[in-house]
Amino acid sequence: MTASDTKSAKQRRADGDTPLVELKDICVSFGGIHAVDHVSVDLHPGEVVGLLGHNGAGKSTLIKVLSGAYQMDSGEIRINGDKAVITNPRDARTYNVETIYQTLALADNLDAASNLFLGRELTTKVGLVDDAAMEAECRKIMGGLNPNFRKFSEPVSALSGGQRQSVAIARAVYFNAKILIMDEPTAALGPQETQMVAELIQKLKAQGIGIFLIDHDVHAVMELCDRASVMKNGQMVGTVNIDEVTDDDLLSMIILGKMPAQIAAE
Amino acid sequence: MTETTSQPIPSQPKRNLFQQLDLDVRLLGMIGAFVILCIGFNILTDGRFLSPRNLFNLTIQTVSVAIMATGMVFVIVMRHIDLSVGGVLAVSSAVMALVQTKLLPTYLGLGFDNPLTWIIAIAIGLCIGTLIGAFQGWLIGYQGVPAFIVTLGGFLVWRNSGWLFTSGQTIGPLDKNFLTLGGVNGTMGEAVSWAIGIVAVAVSLWAMISSRRGRISHGFPAKPAWAEGVVMGIVTAAILGFVWILNSYDIPTRKLQRMFEAKGEVMPEGLQVGYGLPISVLILIVTAIVMTIVARRTRLGRYIFATGGNPDAAELSGINIRFLTVKVFAIMGFLCALSAVVASARLQNHTNDIGTLDELRVIAAAVIGGTALAGGAGTIYGAILGALVMQSLQSGMAMVGVDAPLQNIVVGSVLVLAVWLDIQYRKRMGAKL
Repeated sequence: MTASDTKSAKQRRADGDTPLVELKDICVSFGGIHAVDHVSVDLHPGEVVGLLGHNGAGKSTLIKVLSGAYQMDSGEIRINGDKAVITNPRDARTYNVETIYQTLALADNLDAASNLFLGRELTTKVGLVDDAAMEAECRKIMGGLNPNFRKFSEPVSALSGGQRQSVAIARAVYFNAKILIMDEPTAALGPQETQMVAELIQKLKAQGIGIFLIDHDVHAVMELCDRASVMKNGQMVGTVNIDEVTDDDLLSMIILGKMPAQIAAE
Repeated sequence: MTETTSQPIPSQPKRNLFQQLDLDVRLLGMIGAFVILCIGFNILTDGRFLSPRNLFNLTIQTVSVAIMATGMVFVIVMRHIDLSVGGVLAVSSAVMALVQTKLLPTYLGLGFDNPLTWIIAIAIGLCIGTLIGAFQGWLIGYQGVPAFIVTLGGFLVWRNSGWLFTSGQTIGPLDKNFLTLGGVNGTMGEAVSWAIGIVAVAVSLWAMISSRRGRISHGFPAKPAWAEGVVMGIVTAAILGFVWILNSYDIPTRKLQRMFEAKGEVMPEGLQVGYGLPISVLILIVTAIVMTIVARRTRLGRYIFATGGNPDAAELSGINIRFLTVKVFAIMGFLCALSAVVASARLQNHTNDIGTLDELRVIAAAVIGGTALAGGAGTIYGAILGALVMQSLQSGMAMVGVDAPLQNIVVGSVLVLAVWLDIQYRKRMGAKL
């Protein structure tokens, strides 16, 4: 590890290092409605940036531009300072952008290993899908993430919400994500599994992965994030450091669309 | 969802026999229903139904629908439907008939029964079928027209294109070599059939053993050795039993005599020669094996099933669903053309009504075979068994002397009953699909 790897995200921002991801001046509209209207955010390695806002505020749309699910109308994506062209989910993967969706994007009829490797199957020498090798890899990585996971040969529809989420997270971790997008990762989970995901986020942060966390829950954002960006009606209200604001400040940003008084005054 | 589910599950004290053998319960149910059907008809027809001759004919009659049903599994698993398979079969058959009776012999001057004729005709037919399928897939995948509409239109367009090309005439006789692909005119004799059967047994046992070795070498749970042995025994018996039945149907003495006369030889007195495995059945078996490998062991198959299970997840995983739709319908079109080869060779002519109502038989076969219309679930062997059940029902009733309208009423009711039973079974098992 070089010296720059050990710097904290805060230090990097203070030093003016090139961010891991910059979304600049992004616009997306659907039939005349400006879902995302000239929005900019950035993300440093080892940092968790929360994206907050009401339903329809545009946070999911913004992030789907980065994950390749939507195309932007105008704006620019920079990854490590270089302009990135992302037109579909495969492009996003080549930039090591991985997404964990709130809808738990798993194929219910396939088993854990098939879902883990979906789109990137391991193959044998003759080009056939190597289920045994994938199951072995799946067992290895699940052993680290969720040691209680046992249902390897059953379709994931037979799994609990937490087990399914751990398959989705395993997918991101296994393929060396540098940039991780988590869209309400704990929405479908019970308290203990939420705790498991929180610990996992700390682990990933320590590895220098940058995480965008989309959430409704202000408390979760306060607990997990370094910074929070709040959106309202497709526009960016502002970005704040979590240690400089309270829950109520964030809530008023979400509801009123105004920056907190003490920060706006600076 | 809380800690209780992620705790280790206490090992089940006793697993029943089926679980230990790790067999597909639904498959067993279907085989059971099929066996009951066969025995019932056999009693009603005083043993004629299970005679080698009838079983041979039944097998040959099933091939065309069964080949298409394997493709329909992919289509339905992708949450689509194809109502045009009978039409695509008809137009492919028309083109192949025209190529081998008009284009090649007369216009290109190759003459009749040229050894190249059948190969060229089939190649052109398969291309036509594949292109039609791909075109329909493009309309569905890239243009967003629902599969139901595209193929409902195709149902009319393709059948009547065939009619237009042939001016409604029956075209025949077809090429001599081409006719060997139809069934009774192209069988491989007893010795070759046994050889193929033994090779098939060896390959399937090897596949099962190597899969078991793979599981053990990775340290995954494997089923007990005795259970593996029982399954191997069943497979061996099934393959060799099938060959034995086909070999038991003897070529009629008169026909045998003519075959010897054609070669300028004299038939030995009292000679008995079995038909053996028809080439058309071999085509079906190869199709089934290839389609099963595609379904289970290739990325293409994995993506088809993933898309059927959750199209959004598949798309977000970087799978190009639009192109996948084109591929699936192209495969379906290819298999329709392959069925057209077998069907027209069996009938020895191309007729306008070839493959009429096949779309319904093919969909019914796939659905009876356990393919879920909701998508994401289905097996190739199930669809073939489904085709066999449908054909047995129909020809069994014909042998018993059931009136034609009643036959159709029974077949229609069985289709609904089979799906109802399947839904009940899935509910019991608590599966979501």
